[in-house]
Amino acid sequence: MARAAVLGRLTWQFGTLAEIVRETPRVSSLFFDVPEWPGHLAGQHVDVRLTADDGYRAERSYSIASAPQDKRLALTVERLDDGEVSPYLVGELRAGDRLELRGPIGGYFVWRGDEDRPLLLIGGGSGIVPLMSMLRHRGRIGSKTPARLLFSSRTLADVIYREELEHLGAAGDGLRVVHTLTREKPAGWTGYTRRIDEAMLREVAWPNKDSPAVFVCGPTPFVEAAASLLVAMGHDARSIKTERFGATGG
Amino acid sequence: MTQVQDMKLDGNAIAGLLREIFAVEMTTARGTCASCGAVNEVGRVEVYIHAPGTVVRCPDCEQVLMRVVHGRGRYWVDMTGVRCLEFAES
Repeated sequence: MARAAVLGRLTWQFGTLAEIVRETPRVSSLFFDVPEWPGHLAGQHVDVRLTADDGYRAERSYSIASAPQDKRLALTVERLDDGEVSPYLVGELRAGDRLELRGPIGGYFVWRGDEDRPLLLIGGGSGIVPLMSMLRHRGRIGSKTPARLLFSSRTLADVIYREELEHLGAAGDGLRVVHTLTREKPAGWTGYTRRIDEAMLREVAWPNKDSPAVFVCGPTPFVEAAASLLVAMGHDARSIKTERFGATGG
Repeated sequence: MTQVQDMKLDGNAIAGLLREIFAVEMTTARGTCASCGAVNEVGRVEVYIHAPGTVVRCPDCEQVLMRVVHGRGRYWVDMTGVRCLEFAES
C-alpha cells in the first residue's frame, strides 16, 4: 500500500541534458536522458524547477515535444528575456548538465491516437509544442487518421520545427500542414499572412459534422480567439480542448 | 480587461498542483459548479495564478470554484464553489 501511494505521488527527479537543437533564434529543443522516466502521452507536460544557492526556487511547466516512443525526453523552450527559468534553459544549460523535473503531468490535453475522428490542431507560436508531440506520435504509430495543423507564427524565421513539419506534411499519410504568418509576407510565400479568422478556419478546419478532435494551444488571447471562432461556426465548446500559455514570463 | 484576459490560464496549468494535493491525475476529473450546476472537466476551467493563491473559476458562470494557497509547507484548499468532484481512482 505504501508503495502504491508513493507511485501516485509526483516525485522530482534529474534529467541529464544530452543535446540542444536550435529551432529558431529564440527557441531551442532540449533532449534529456531521464533514467526513471515512466513514459508519457502526447500532449502532457513536465514541471521544471531551478534552485538557487540561497534556496530560492522557481518552477515552470513545459510541454513535452517528443513522441512517447522516443528514447529521449524533449522539451522545446522559448527564451523570454524577462523570464526566470527560460533564459537559463535556453542559453546557460549545457550538454551534460542536470535539470530537476517531474512528470508526466496532465491528462486532459492529450491525444492517444486510438480513435478515428479527424484531428484538428491549431497552434500559435510555442503552442505548437504539445501538438508536435501528437504529430510525432501519429507518425510513429503509422496512423492514417486525417489530420490538419494550422500553425500561426510571427515571421518565417519564427516557425518552430519548420523542416520537420514540411517532411511530415509531405509524407502522404493524410496530414496537411497550413501556416499563417502574422507579421511578414516573404517573397514567394503561398501560405496565409494574417491572424486566424473565420474564413481561414472554414478553409482549413473539419466541419463540426465530421466530429473532429480539436486541440488549440498558444498564448491566452490566441486560444480564446480560435476557440470562439470555432464555437461560432457550430463546434461544441466541450469538444474543443484548449491549453493556454499565459503571459507569466517563463 | 485585456491584461486580466492575458493572465487567464486553464486547468492544465494546475495539473501538477492538483496532483500534489489529490495524488492522482485531476485534469480529467469532472467538477460540478455549486453556483450554476455546470459540469466541466478540470482541464477546461479558468485558472488565475497571479492572485496570492490560485483561483479557479467556472468557465460557464465565472463564479469561483476553488482557491488554493500553498506556502510554508502547507496547503489551504477552499472548495466552497464545487458541489461535487468526480475522478477516477489511479
